[in-house]
Amino acid sequence: MKSLVCISHVPDTTTKIKYTDDGKSLDTSGVTFIIGPYDEYGLVRAIEFKEQTGEGSVTVLCVGGSQVEPTLRKALAIGADSAVRIDANPLDGMFVAKQISDYARGKEFDFIFFGKESIDHNASEVPGMVAEYLDLPFVSQAIHLEMDGDTAILHREIDGGYEVLHSSTPVVVSCQKGISEWRIPNMRGIMMAKRKPMEVCSATEGAVAVSTERFELPPPKSGCIYIAPEDAGSLVEMLADKGLL
Amino acid sequence: MAVLVFAENSQGRIKKGALEAVSYAYAFAELLGEDLEAVVLGETDSNPSETLGRYGVKKVFHYDDADLNDFNDQLFTAIVADLVKEEEIPVIVMAQSYDGKALAPRLAARLDAALVSGAVQCPVKDDNGFTVRRSANSGKGIETVLTHRDTVIISVKKNSFGLNVNEADCEVEEVEYDIDMTSSIKIVERVQTTSKVSITEADIVISGGRGFKGPENWGILEEFAEAVGAGTACSKPVSDMDWRPHHEHVGQTGIQIAPNLYIAVGISGAIQHLAGVNSSKNIVVINKDPEAPFFKHADYGIIGDLFEVLPKINEAVRKHKASQA
Ligand SMILES: Cc1cc2nc3c(=O)[nH]c(=O)nc-3n(C[C@H](O)[C@H](O)[C@H](O)COP(=O)(O)OP(=O)(O)OC[C@H]3O[C@@H](n4cnc5c(N)ncnc54)[C@H](O)[C@@H]3O)c2cc1C
Ligand SMILES: Nc1ncnc2c1ncn2[C@@H]1O[C@H](COP(=O)(O)O)[C@@H](O)[C@H]1O
Repeated sequence: MKSLVCISHVPDTTTKIKYTDDGKSLDTSGVTFIIGPYDEYGLVRAIEFKEQTGEGSVTVLCVGGSQVEPTLRKALAIGADSAVRIDANPLDGMFVAKQISDYARGKEFDFIFFGKESIDHNASEVPGMVAEYLDLPFVSQAIHLEMDGDTAILHREIDGGYEVLHSSTPVVVSCQKGISEWRIPNMRGIMMAKRKPMEVCSATEGAVAVSTERFELPPPKSGCIYIAPEDAGSLVEMLADKGLL
Repeated sequence: MAVLVFAENSQGRIKKGALEAVSYAYAFAELLGEDLEAVVLGETDSNPSETLGRYGVKKVFHYDDADLNDFNDQLFTAIVADLVKEEEIPVIVMAQSYDGKALAPRLAARLDAALVSGAVQCPVKDDNGFTVRRSANSGKGIETVLTHRDTVIISVKKNSFGLNVNEADCEVEEVEYDIDMTSSIKIVERVQTTSKVSITEADIVISGGRGFKGPENWGILEEFAEAVGAGTACSKPVSDMDWRPHHEHVGQTGIQIAPNLYIAVGISGAIQHLAGVNSSKNIVVINKDPEAPFFKHADYGIIGDLFEVLPKINEAVRKHKASQA
C-alpha cells in the first residue's frame, strides 16, 4: 500500500484557548503543538499496512510554515517513511485541499488518509474537498479498515451505528478512534526520524473561499447552582420547571 | 434564485437535525428576501411537503428513487450540483451531520463555493459577502468568517439553532436525475449498535465516567435514561476499558454533542472531555469531589456519592412521571 497521510499541526488538547488582542488568531504563546489526534489514527493505520505486508510506503504531508516541521518529524518517529511540507500558510480548508490535491495528483497513492476533523478548525472539510478535486471515492469518519484482496473493507460511523462499505482503491479515508491505536515513538524511531527525508514544496496558486474576521471566547457560564446531595431529588423539579425534562 | 436546503432523508424520515437546518435556512431566506426550497433524495415514508411545509419550505425537489435511499457522496454531490446550477441557487444549507460532513465539502469543491461548516448563527450580509459565526477550537471558541464566493454552502451545527415552525404552502416537484455513475463504494451492511436514542440527536444525554468503578454499575444510569428518553454517553477511559461501547465516547476525540441537557456523573471534567460537551445548553454535574473541574462549567451541581445521588434522582423522576400521568 502506498499511503499519503495528511496531518494538521494543532494546539495540544490541554490548551487553554486564548486569542490575540485583535481577535485575528490564536495566541500561541506557551502553546505546544501536536499531530491532530484524529490524523494520528490514520497515520498509525498506514504504518500498520506497511508492517503487515512489508511493502509500500507512508508519506506524511502538512501544509504549513517551517514551524510545522517538528510535528512532521514526530510522524516520522512514529514510523512514516518520508515527509512533505507544502510551504504556505494554511489559509482556509479549500486552499489546503487544493495544495494537497496538487501534490497527490499522479503519484498513485492507494490511500489518502485524513483525520475526521482538525481540532482547531473542526471543519471536516479538507478530506471531502481533496476527494472531489481528485475525483476519488471518499469514506468519512471511518472506524475500521482492512483489506480483502484488492477490496478495502471500511466501517463508516453513522447515527446509532455504522455502515460496512466495500471500496476499490485509490480511496480517500477520514479516520477516527477505532481504526488504530495511537503510538508513542520509541528512541529508535526518534533517532531514525532524523535521517528520514523531509521535502519542502512551494505552494500552487489558490484563493481563499472564507477568511477569519475574528475569534472570540464563548460567554462564561453564569455560575453553578448547588443542590445538597440529600436533596438530590429536587434537581428533577428544577429541571422540569425549566422545561428540560 | 432561492435558498436551497438539503433535507437529509434518513431511511425514509426527515429527522430533527435536518429540520433544524430547514429552520436555519428559512431565517437566511427571509434575510435575503428569497423563497426556501428543499431537495430530498430517496424514497420517503410520507409526502415530504407535510414535514417541510411546516418549517417554511415552499417547494421540494424530490428524487423519489430507491437507488438514492443510501447515501453516496459522489452521486449526491453530482445530483445536488446539477440542481443548483439548473436553478441558479446562490445558497445551500444542510445539517452538519455524518452525511452532511461528507457532502458539504465535496459540493463546495465541485461548485467552487465558500463553505462555512458548523455555523451556530444565521449569517449577516456584509458588503463583500456574508459573515457567519461558527464553532472553532473544539467548542472552546467562536470564529466569525467572511465568505468570498458567489455560491455559499453552510452546514449547521447540531442543536445550535433550534426548530422554528413557519407554515408555508409547499409543493413537491418530482424530479429524476440523469447521471450515469458506477460507484466504487458499496454499502454491504448497516449495523445498528444501539437501539436507543442516538446521542447526537438526543435532547438529554446522561454520561458516566470512571467514578462508576466498573461496567456492572451502569444500571442506575440506564434507568434514568430510560425514564426520560435520554441518550447515554461516557468518558474516554470508560470506553477504552470497554465498560461501555466506543460509540458512547464523547469528547475531543470522541463524539461532539450539544444536547439541551447534559448530565455528567462521576466525570472529572478534563479539558478533552469538555471539548466534546461544552456546547450543551445546560450542564448538571454529579461528583463527590468538590474540586472536580467540571463544576466550573456546570449550571447545576451536586457534590456527593453518585451511588447515593443517582438513585434519589431516579426516585424523583418516577414520582414526577407519575404526577404527570
Ligand atoms: C489527546 C487526548 C484526547 C482525549 N480525548 C478525550 C475525550 O474525547 N473524551 C474524554 O472523556 N476524555 C478524553 N481524554 C482523557 C481525559 O484527559 C481524561 O483522562 C478523562 O476524560 C477522564 O475521564 P473520567 O472523568 O471518567 O475519569 P477521572 O478523571 O478518573 O474522573 C473520575 C471522577 O469521578 C469522581 N468520582 C469517583 N467516585 C465517585 C463517586 N462514587 N461518586 C461521584 N463521583 C465520583 C471523581 O471525583 C473524579 O472526578 C483525552 C486525553 C488525551 C491526552
Ligand atoms: N494544514 C494542513 N496540512 C495537511 N493536512 C491538513 C491540514 N489541515 C487539515 N488537514 C487534514 O484535514 C483533516 C480535516 O481538517 P479540517 O477540514 O480542518 O477539519 C485533518 O484531520 C487533517 O488530516
